[in-house]
Amino acid sequence: MADTVAGASPDPHAAGDDPSRRDFIHIAATTAAIGAVAGLAWPFIDQMNPAGDTLALASVEFDLTKVEQGQQVVLKWRGKPLFVRSRTGAEIAKAVKDDTASMRDPARDEDRHKPGKAEWLILVGTCTHLGCVPTFGGGDYGGWFCPCHGSHYDTSGRIRKGPAPTNLAVPEYAFLSDTKVKIG
Amino acid sequence: MSGHSSYEPKTGIERWLDTRLPIVRFGADLLDFPTPKNLNYWWTFGGILAMCLGIQIVTGIVLAMHYVPHVDYAFNSVERIMRDVNFGWLVRYMHANGASMFFIAVYIHMFRGLYYGSYKAPREILWILGCVIYLLMMATAFMGYVLPWGQMSFHGAVVITNLFGALPIVGESITTWLWGGFAVDNATLNRFFSLHFLLPFMIAGVVILHIWALHVPGNNNPTGVNVKSKEDTVPFHPYYTVKDGFAISLFLLMFATFVFFQPNALGDAVNYVPANPLVTPAHIVPEWYFLPFYAILRAVPDKLMGVLLMFGAIAMLFVLPWLDTSKVRSMRYRPTAKLYFGLFVLACLILGYCGGRLPDDPVIPGISTFQLLDADLNSMVWLSRVATAYYFGYFVVILPILGLTETPLPQPESISAPVLSHPANAPAGAAASPEKRG
Repeated sequence: MADTVAGASPDPHAAGDDPSRRDFIHIAATTAAIGAVAGLAWPFIDQMNPAGDTLALASVEFDLTKVEQGQQVVLKWRGKPLFVRSRTGAEIAKAVKDDTASMRDPARDEDRHKPGKAEWLILVGTCTHLGCVPTFGGGDYGGWFCPCHGSHYDTSGRIRKGPAPTNLAVPEYAFLSDTKVKIG
Repeated sequence: MSGHSSYEPKTGIERWLDTRLPIVRFGADLLDFPTPKNLNYWWTFGGILAMCLGIQIVTGIVLAMHYVPHVDYAFNSVERIMRDVNFGWLVRYMHANGASMFFIAVYIHMFRGLYYGSYKAPREILWILGCVIYLLMMATAFMGYVLPWGQMSFHGAVVITNLFGALPIVGESITTWLWGGFAVDNATLNRFFSLHFLLPFMIAGVVILHIWALHVPGNNNPTGVNVKSKEDTVPFHPYYTVKDGFAISLFLLMFATFVFFQPNALGDAVNYVPANPLVTPAHIVPEWYFLPFYAILRAVPDKLMGVLLMFGAIAMLFVLPWLDTSKVRSMRYRPTAKLYFGLFVLACLILGYCGGRLPDDPVIPGISTFQLLDADLNSMVWLSRVATAYYFGYFVVILPILGLTETPLPQPESISAPVLSHPANAPAGAAASPEKRG
């Protein structure tokens, strides 16, 4: 190669080879290749997100007469456990009384149940720390206790002690009648 | 790969092949590779690890012929392998215990590298590739443990995938993306099976790079002194093929003892209960090889900080070559460093012990001391905190400072020197400040 260049003009650009045109082709080709790879990468990443049928299984109806007062029923919703708890008067009073206590994720008890339905507490049953299922009635506050890393929830499902950052989540739900709820 | 090849093709076919695909030359050069003649048995774990990877791949491919990656069938298909598939019990016990054996070997291999300074120049890339292999091993082992779909499988998967949920803003999207749904479910099991099959081959690929990076500077050795002449080395074959072979035989004896006499000793009995997303086992623990990291996670009361510290514990290994300021490789000649290293090994073992216990368990039973911040001082949580502090302190405080302040012992002139004369008889002039050593 060196031999063929020798004798020709030492500066290839001076020979009428426009540098900006060549650069443009390089940049355009590289950009097109990166764009194509990025465009193709997205389907391969997005295929791991929830599929259509998974998204479709979003709501569930539940008959509240199955729950005795002072107890809870665990049902499966979106692959996760859901707590439906019928609270006793004492448990409600305790939760309301603690509204003013110092908490990591402050919330009032009345905001965690439907108006006039203080008895019914419906929560997503996964610990907000790392997703274990807290056990009913355990812990220092009588709500739930997570066996994995020791998070204590009160009778309103609020985090009171341990590593969990937030309260047990309240799912979207509505009362269809006095004894029936639709969750999701 | 480095240095001159001593291979001479002898037959016509070999000469013909050698100019087209010099694969025989490649193999001959590997066997002939000049290796320091003073390598001790701690150096046999590289070969042991290669064997472990081979065993895991072979047994794993066999298990994949019988396993069904579906939430309704996974547990039963594993039980069918145990009861009905011919020798299925043997293959599965080899695979399950093989994972533990793999980690025993890799931890010894890593501690050996730490003690003898094998991560120092010019072996930084070699060390980092090893760290990549270790990360891939952890990902593979975790996903493999999920596949039997027992209680520990399921809730282990829940806890580990939720770790990513600790990340601000993107955390929830990432966990949903990892799950392929709103919880660990069939989609998760399927992709874990796919990736569990893929990753060992990626490990094999990085192992090739690891060995390539080893063959450029050559092996470190117990003295940490560079190879100076041909006198310091012996060919890999037959000297180290035989030594590694003997070590592999002993290792296989231990392996076989577990497989045939204690096949479930290293596992958790709760994983023989089929997965139930609605009930978390009372005491959830990872496999033994993850316990130190689990203890670090639990030592921190904040979720994000706990996760960051846990990953940071592994990140420390990646940057280690630039944290250790000592120019003396082997701790054989660093008496003070040796002491801190011993404490580091102890801290790792303590973390492993704490990771297997409940956070509120007392360290000394029957004694209650006083409440310090959020837990009793006499609790696993506080013991893990002390050990975690030492773990990080070793990397970011002790190693950087110690290399500048300590006075190392005299190093031998060469690998051969201490063999020919006792180190105590070494010339007095050999002792000097570390910064003058190279």
